[in-house]
Amino acid sequence: MKKKWFYQMGLTAVVLSMVLAACGNNEEPASTTSGGNSGAASGDTIKVGVLHSLSGTMAISEVSVRDAEIMAIEEINAAGGVLGKKLVAVEEDGASDWPTFAEKARKLISEDKVATVFGGWTSSSRKAMKPVFEELNGLLWYPVQYEGLESSPNIFYTGATTNQQIVPAVDWLLENRGKKFYLLGSDYVFPRTANLIIKEQLKAKGGELAGEEYTPLGHTDYSTIISKIKAAKPDVVFNTLNGDSNVAFFKQLKDAGITVQDMTTLSVSVAEEEIRGIGVDVLQGHLAAWNYYQTTDTPANKSFVANYKKKYGENRVTADPIEAGYTAVYLWKAAVEKAGSTDVDKVKEAAKGLEWDAPEGKVKIDGETQHIYKTVRIGEVQADGQFKELWNSGEAVKPDPYLKGYDWAASIKPTE
Amino acid sequence: MEVFTLQLFNGLSVSSILLLIALGLAITFGLMKVINMAHGELIMIGAYSTYLTQNIFKDVLPPSLFDWYFVLAIPVSFLIAFVFGLILEMSLIRFLYGRPLDSLLATWGVGLVLQQLARSIFGAPNVAVTSPSWLNGGVEVLGAVLPYKRLFIIGLVALCLLAMYFYIYRSLEGRRMRAVMQNRDMAACLGVSTRRVDAMTFAIGSGIAGIAGCALTLLGPIGPSLGTYYIVDAFMVVVLGGVGKLVGTVLGAMGIGIFNTMFEYWTNASLGKVLVFLCIVAFLQWKPMGFVAMRSRSLDS
Repeated sequence: MKKKWFYQMGLTAVVLSMVLAACGNNEEPASTTSGGNSGAASGDTIKVGVLHSLSGTMAISEVSVRDAEIMAIEEINAAGGVLGKKLVAVEEDGASDWPTFAEKARKLISEDKVATVFGGWTSSSRKAMKPVFEELNGLLWYPVQYEGLESSPNIFYTGATTNQQIVPAVDWLLENRGKKFYLLGSDYVFPRTANLIIKEQLKAKGGELAGEEYTPLGHTDYSTIISKIKAAKPDVVFNTLNGDSNVAFFKQLKDAGITVQDMTTLSVSVAEEEIRGIGVDVLQGHLAAWNYYQTTDTPANKSFVANYKKKYGENRVTADPIEAGYTAVYLWKAAVEKAGSTDVDKVKEAAKGLEWDAPEGKVKIDGETQHIYKTVRIGEVQADGQFKELWNSGEAVKPDPYLKGYDWAASIKPTE
Repeated sequence: MEVFTLQLFNGLSVSSILLLIALGLAITFGLMKVINMAHGELIMIGAYSTYLTQNIFKDVLPPSLFDWYFVLAIPVSFLIAFVFGLILEMSLIRFLYGRPLDSLLATWGVGLVLQQLARSIFGAPNVAVTSPSWLNGGVEVLGAVLPYKRLFIIGLVALCLLAMYFYIYRSLEGRRMRAVMQNRDMAACLGVSTRRVDAMTFAIGSGIAGIAGCALTLLGPIGPSLGTYYIVDAFMVVVLGGVGKLVGTVLGAMGIGIFNTMFEYWTNASLGKVLVFLCIVAFLQWKPMGFVAMRSRSLDS
């Protein structure tokens, strides 16, 4: 009896630890929306919601975006506010838990009556909030690059969709680094959708698929995958891993004796913040595709970086989603001023075609998809942990979340 | 041939990492029967201790000595995790012996507290630990590159295992420890201070988790949630190996490590893990006590 009891206890422990570990690993990129309500503009203030994960596994990434949004709100208040009224940020914690995002979004719109919400990171959190914003006619600004194939009337997407990051990056790699691609990603919606698109693109453009691998979120041993990559001898490893797995992958890639001379790796989820946690010695020479780097040379960026460091500390860095969150606040302000109201429908109408000099360069809201025009940039990690831009698209690229402008993408359908 | 050598080595390497993270748990869970959900966080404490040691070397000592920080980081990680384990045992675990469900919940809570503590002190983002330069690179065997870091971890595990063997089976303290774990009342009657032995045993198990954390900084991320990535595997190894015997833990780690690597090579990472779990479930149906069952004269009650 005792033995059996002990065996059961052991199994209980294993099962429990699996459940707990699973809870801790829900890292997916998604975004949040902001809701607008005319009731928000009562009195001398306008309430806006800021909804990010301040606790849990996504806090790593989202706290910095929150910081940038709060900074933008304070800057706007210091300059006189919006429509002569001061902004008041109502902060909520999404706690890295998707149902919580939906619940808090509902609370912000219905109870706090905020004019808009800035928030979200993972696609799961965005997809959880989307029905809430659509039902209550709120307004959400989502600041993170994502897998595309979505366009909600109540969401503005200030991060890149696929044709502003992944598609041009693949084109550039095909032209400059070789035809043979190895696709490595975390096992969830963003990498799988991204790789679906890449595979179609490779087929159409004469590229070759050397292999495709997905690892569970939080995976920490890449020795076998690195053996497979070695055996496949690709020219390019296209990396859509997310979160802590990147640390393990790049450390072990270096140990296996694979250098940037042997093959190119390009990542879409490794920015300045992640470099600090992985170690520059491991990442130097590897590539990333984004729309903004801390080193991006625009007048707006100089003051943005200086202000951010002044407010939050010299050792902090800015990165693409941080910039996109900051830009979102200013775009909303411009739309409200043009509309002369915080009413969601009026703001949406006014936002069409709106332009603003963001730190990443000139951006413009595309009225049809509610995404923004963004410049694509490919960067190389330098010894100081910053990126050197190797290539940019020259002009801001029109967002095309459904890839309608690409013949080869005809077979790619939204999964919802 | 190259791939075969490499995969064989990878299997061995994964086994050694699994063994290292499970060794501490083999003591706290296997011997003491405390379902210690905070084991992962003790690993995390070891990793952060390494980070701190590195920073002290970077800031205070001349750069020429920097490469040797890692040698010091191993005992430092052990000591810090040892102290945490000792405090944990004396303030909490000792009140919960014989109440496994309570200790499960309590240690889980402790784990959450420790994670949040790390987040408050070091911040939510990962921190970077620079590996010492003498561990960079690898040696070429039959066309395959075997990284020094992985060889180093295999050596470290062997050393820990040897030390534990001598402590448990060849020292006076170890004999007392085994006596208490096998028959607490009888040991107490014969004048062994069971309270002291419990505290020491738990602290040593925690200290070894600290060493595991130190070694893992070479290969993986260092952040507040580090422990959650390894806790499942650690329990898996101990349960599969059979509780109470070191050799079981070694076999459990080897089995999971080698099969996982093989399955992952033939299929993919997600499916590989599923297949390993299936094998473990099937195996435990056949041998519920794991690879090595401890024979005991106590009556099954």
